Amino acid sequence: MAGTTFAKGGIHPEEHKELTEHLAIEEMPPPSQVVLPLSMHFGAIAQPVVKKKQEVQEGEVIAVVEKALGASIHSSVTGVVKAIEPRPHPTMVRCDAIIIDRDLSAPPRQYSTEDWKKLSREQLLARIKDAGIVGMGGAGFPTHVKLSPPPNAKVDTLVLNGAECEPYLTTDHRLMLEYPEKVIEGARIILRVLGIKQCVIGIELNKADAINVMNKAAAQSSEKDDTVVRVQGMQVKYPQGSEKQLIYSLTKRSVPGGGLPFDVGVIVQNISTTMAIFEAVAMQKPLYEKVATFSGRALNRQANLKVKVGTLLSDVVEYLGGTKDLVKIVSGGPMMGFAISSIDIPVTKTTSGVLFLNSSETDLGEFGPCIHCGWCMEACPMGLSPKEVGLYVEAGRGHLTEKFGIFDCFECGCCAYVCPAKRPLVQFARLAKIAIKKRG
Amino acid sequence: MIPKPDWAVSVSPHIRKGTTTSQIMWTVSASLMPVLILSIYNFGFRSLIITLISVLSCMFVEAISQKALGRAVSVKDGSAVLTGILLAFVIPPGVPYYLPLIGAVAAIFISKELMGGLGYNVWNPALVGRAFLQASFPVAITTAWIAPQQLAKGAWDVFLSPGSVDAISTATPLSVVKQYGITALTQQFGGLDSIYWNFFLGFKPGCIGETSALLILLGGLYLMARKIITWHIPVSTLASAALVAWIFGGQTWFSGNPLLHVLSGGLMLGAFYMATDYVTSPTLKSAQLIFGVGVGALTVLIRLKGGYPEGVCYAILLMNCLTPAMDEWFQPSRFAPPKAAPVAAGK
Repeated sequence: MAGTTFAKGGIHPEEHKELTEHLAIEEMPPPSQVVLPLSMHFGAIAQPVVKKKQEVQEGEVIAVVEKALGASIHSSVTGVVKAIEPRPHPTMVRCDAIIIDRDLSAPPRQYSTEDWKKLSREQLLARIKDAGIVGMGGAGFPTHVKLSPPPNAKVDTLVLNGAECEPYLTTDHRLMLEYPEKVIEGARIILRVLGIKQCVIGIELNKADAINVMNKAAAQSSEKDDTVVRVQGMQVKYPQGSEKQLIYSLTKRSVPGGGLPFDVGVIVQNISTTMAIFEAVAMQKPLYEKVATFSGRALNRQANLKVKVGTLLSDVVEYLGGTKDLVKIVSGGPMMGFAISSIDIPVTKTTSGVLFLNSSETDLGEFGPCIHCGWCMEACPMGLSPKEVGLYVEAGRGHLTEKFGIFDCFECGCCAYVCPAKRPLVQFARLAKIAIKKRG
Repeated sequence: MIPKPDWAVSVSPHIRKGTTTSQIMWTVSASLMPVLILSIYNFGFRSLIITLISVLSCMFVEAISQKALGRAVSVKDGSAVLTGILLAFVIPPGVPYYLPLIGAVAAIFISKELMGGLGYNVWNPALVGRAFLQASFPVAITTAWIAPQQLAKGAWDVFLSPGSVDAISTATPLSVVKQYGITALTQQFGGLDSIYWNFFLGFKPGCIGETSALLILLGGLYLMARKIITWHIPVSTLASAALVAWIFGGQTWFSGNPLLHVLSGGLMLGAFYMATDYVTSPTLKSAQLIFGVGVGALTVLIRLKGGYPEGVCYAILLMNCLTPAMDEWFQPSRFAPPKAAPVAAGK
């Protein structure tokens, strides 16, 4: 298979996936305490519906968003609410969180699978909403909202994102390998909700085993009715999994700047999200467990772990035997993930991986002046001019960068990756956007 | 307050490609070493000494200027070394030993550091140095030639003379053609084929690093293989020079000798090493093609119609002036830009 790809730019960073791609998903024993932030999604902060000292069951709703955009939060363990107080948060610095002491004697909750095909579209959506599912690609957009596109949007294709183009991360790879049926069934649920027949699953060619397994599962499921679930191999090239690039690679449709996928008739879902949708609908299991890759060479043992949402990173690090020569901790992939300053933060619904990088894996050197080599412009998948934006920002003229299409920049980091002067081009782009917004 | 962590917290991306600015500078410098070796064979150890003086002068001037201007001293990044090599390569081997130092002041202090340092200079530093020397020392720069293959002839004493080596000076092919016509040149080399062959290999009088089209071509191809430069500027420069030479270079229209012009003087070095300078040439490929066409055409026009036998230096400096404007005019083609005019977010 030749593999499809996006229109322009892109880079080939070292993959580092060999650290975890062959390791089966391992269930980490639940910690004695979980910290569940009230914001793990895009939208309004959830309001607690439990009180201090109240007993809660595994999977019970503990916080909801009533009217605004948001998603419910469920307890990931059976136990007692110890406190509701501000705690360190991966992106918000601090956020109110519900802290639950686990009842060490309580058995894990069991779920059984039922046939979902008898459910109506509304019932399916309600189960997805009740399970508190959000997009696990990173932004955490509430899934029940994403699956209710405006009536004038003519959606005809569901795209499943199995690219996992970020180096190190192997979560979706393992999920596709180990639970192909769940992912395919999840895709069929989404097709039913959207009332469409066509699904394309894009997988990078470096995951040949996952392509095989998913192909088989897709073929088996397509025999059952007239829906078409198809696997498409894609070139190994970053950022193959970025929404617009993925849609172009799989459908040759271009989402215009400022537009959304349904403008070109597409809805994109992440592999982890799709599996969570299956568990929410067919098993009525809320989203309170997360499979994430814990990797990087500073970690004594790397693993693909299934952990309770709310498990502190410090507990994970202890479980994996600690760190040595730790230089940086990154939540997410090394290209778009963000560095974190505390390991007292919990795994959330959107944690796809946490990397513990040592001195050989990440570079903290100074940056130099732009030498106009133009490599950033070659690498940019959106055809922008990162070097010009950087020079404008350095000269205090970030507010004049709109002509370079700065709002099409989704901060994939290709420009900064190739820059020989090691300039922080992504940060310059962020500063430029802030400067424009300030000037209104 | 969150306590300061024991590890680093900085912006994404957290992994970088290995290539650095200084690696690029050192790679380009290294690719010029065969040219230097041939030059030592041609013009004696004087070539090496002039080049060393030029490199050390450029490093010294850069360090002093950066100290004086309150900047971090960045001599180790190799850009001053490369400028030093290129400056030496575009001056005759017979010039007095103090000349490269003066050229280095013009190249590094005036053209580079006063413009804001690496990345901010408008003109190619080495060529500014050469132009400055040509204006200040016109006799030395246009007459201090040495006949080729000195080492082979055992002429060891060439490099011992501290001043201009007028005693053995000889005219460059371009000035022979300019003053006496092509017939004089064929008499000197014995037939056109011999001219092409000697010019291609590099056995002719000329500037220290400009004589061998072959070695410059090999160096340029190496830089292309390493993806440091692309074909756009060299090919468009050489093609437009050849075309203009063919059209206007003869007694009648369309009767010029394009090959002679391409192989002569500094055109090869200029096309592969001077016009391709990242900082002073346009960034986008389409703009680079236009830039190259301008360099090639201006070079030959200066050679044919100007007062000097050689025009590469001024052609590139003139085109350098257009680079900032071309970088604004030529923007990459965007992937799926907004359909309507962009609306500032937050409105």
